[in-house]
Amino acid sequence: MRTVFFLVRKEFLQIFRDRTTVFQILLIPVVQLLVLANAATFDVKQVAMMVVDEDRTTVSVGLVQRLEGGRQFRVVRYEPTDAGVDHALLDREVTAVLHIPRHFEEDLVRRGWAPVQLVLNSEEGATAGIVQSYALSILGAYARELDRTLPRLEATRTVRVAPLDLRTQRWFNPTRNYKHWMVPALMVSLTTIIGLLLTAQNITRENELGTLEQLNVTPMTKVQFIAAKLIPFWLLSLLIFTIGLTIGKLVFGIPMRGNLLLVYLAAMVYLVVVLGLGLWISTITRTQQQAMFVAFFVILIFLLMSGLFTPVDSMPRWAQYAAEANPVKHFVAVMRAVLVRGAGLETVGRPILGLGVAGIGVLALAVGRYRKSVA
Amino acid sequence: MRAFLGFVRKETLHLLRDRQTLAILLLFPVVQVLIFGFAVRTDVEDVAIAIVDPTPDVATLNLRERIAASDRFHIVGVTTSTRGLDARFRDGSVRQALLLPTDMQRRIGRGDSLSLQLLTDGSDPNTGGIMQGYATAIVDRWYREVVPQRGVLRIETQSRMRYNPTLESAHLFVPGLVAFVLTIVSALMTAISISRERETGTMEMLLVSPIRPVAIVAGKVIPYIVLGFVSVLLVLVAARTVFDVPLRGSLVLLLAESGLYIITALALGVVISTKAPNQRTAMIAALAGLLLPTMILSGFIFPIDSLPRPLQLLSYIVPARWFLVIVRGIMLKGAGLATLWQETLVLVGMTLLFLVRGSRGLAIRLG
Repeated sequence: MRTVFFLVRKEFLQIFRDRTTVFQILLIPVVQLLVLANAATFDVKQVAMMVVDEDRTTVSVGLVQRLEGGRQFRVVRYEPTDAGVDHALLDREVTAVLHIPRHFEEDLVRRGWAPVQLVLNSEEGATAGIVQSYALSILGAYARELDRTLPRLEATRTVRVAPLDLRTQRWFNPTRNYKHWMVPALMVSLTTIIGLLLTAQNITRENELGTLEQLNVTPMTKVQFIAAKLIPFWLLSLLIFTIGLTIGKLVFGIPMRGNLLLVYLAAMVYLVVVLGLGLWISTITRTQQQAMFVAFFVILIFLLMSGLFTPVDSMPRWAQYAAEANPVKHFVAVMRAVLVRGAGLETVGRPILGLGVAGIGVLALAVGRYRKSVA
Repeated sequence: MRAFLGFVRKETLHLLRDRQTLAILLLFPVVQVLIFGFAVRTDVEDVAIAIVDPTPDVATLNLRERIAASDRFHIVGVTTSTRGLDARFRDGSVRQALLLPTDMQRRIGRGDSLSLQLLTDGSDPNTGGIMQGYATAIVDRWYREVVPQRGVLRIETQSRMRYNPTLESAHLFVPGLVAFVLTIVSALMTAISISRERETGTMEMLLVSPIRPVAIVAGKVIPYIVLGFVSVLLVLVAARTVFDVPLRGSLVLLLAESGLYIITALALGVVISTKAPNQRTAMIAALAGLLLPTMILSGFIFPIDSLPRPLQLLSYIVPARWFLVIVRGIMLKGAGLATLWQETLVLVGMTLLFLVRGSRGLAIRLG
């Protein structure tokens, strides 16, 4: 026990001696959290729109006014013909084009319906769907408004029975604040990146500098060695995690509906997995550069397939099964469940237990792979 | 010239010697394409919906069937009361719940109003909105078909998604991946390679040799230019064969622009390496200063238009942002230089700037 304690002390001295690194370790997560939380959003701000109005009547102009009245669209061009459409889309001048054909008003008055055409630039995918739904809801509202106000031929008047009253409610995030969803997950990503990179690089560094030899000739055991490498980074990562939570609460006002102790329990177990993995990478690589690349590769795959940016439910089946083996996925899920939905131990107990088992496995792997003797 | 060729050979050997790193560098683009094409999706499918139906009758059964028949939803439970629904929302086993009124069939017959409630797990606002939209659309369609009505005024909207009609994820991410992979291969690797030379002291030896500093830098980057090109081709071939991603514009233009971007990224790597004292600083600087901006501030994953204003301004200095517009333009929209000349000019300007900064950094070290 005393051996481990001294080794931990040595690691701490080594970490804190290098002021720039300490600075980087503590500052990068903070900056990342502040920037990423603002950047990681599919929110659609004002969309530049072109309206081709071949009708030019009160009703068609009214539609343009409704589009401009909402916050979602900005009509940057209002043309009588569709001559410039292709070029405007190609040049990214506009994202959406609404084409109102001739006889729009007349059709509505005489037969009760009229077509319009909506063309969207979908090169950025996710937004196109959202823009479309905005446009459809504005068009729908306008149609309902006209249904009441537009004078029409008697035969086409609305006869309606059993009106539909569909009330929608969104739970857990009524203000639709994307940050409440992303910040808990971003905290996971930043502790993972820093923790994994630092541990992956650690043993190879000692190896490159030759100090590993010195440690190898001491009487300490392999378990003691790995424990001593793990504990300092574990504490450091918990500190980063705490800083992240504090920023999340104070700056972004994320909800904390569940028990905070549960979050910490999950973090403690999860960090053993990540840091153990880093140490394992460190034992199988020879140079720092290699260690960095392997760690980087692992991080990227873990983060992308964790449901952090895109929902796990949207992945194909095989990827969902593969995600079960991804510690990041489970920790992200636990964080969101506890903080956003207020879930308790009965929900997150199983994933935490799974992480615990994974942690033991990874540590065993690292201890087993570490060689005290020189090949 | 012979000395220069020898130097290029030395650098190539350096690169080829470290098999592990080389394997990762070559594997990286392919794995990325596969992950992005298969696994990173934003479409919402297979939503777990619960239905609370206090008095099942013909009308409610019909509506339930509509929902079950849609591949967007699967019904995870039909109950007669809302008891236990809270807990199921909390543990995530239910994402949506539709609460039906009592005696629905009779109400329709009498012409009474139908009040339904749709509860959605909105913790992820984006997915929540999409789920709500899907469910609302199904209920609306069912209502229009089942409840007799006449002549409600409609504006029929025909939507067309231009350039990516099916909103296929692979088509969106692959162009971004080209930029991302090139940044990693080019900028990160040069930054590390030069700072390693400095750390191990061999840079001094190179500088006192008769090779000019410019030639040293040129010799260092040439193998990476080749590697960058190989990566681009790997990404394009994988995207083409596995996901059928279109290439609507000219291949020659695409490769030429890629060549330009490789040089931009390499020059940036040189600048980073002249500033960083050792490998670790260079790596962290490259990771924090390049990779994240390339992923987040380039429009690769999150659209630029969605960024808050200050970050949008910041994105102007990210080279990948401009390259991404070019790649998407060529691949998805079939755009030519006539449309993309501005972005190309920006990249050329950035490259010149980096080259000047990089060579000046080296000159200072000589002095």
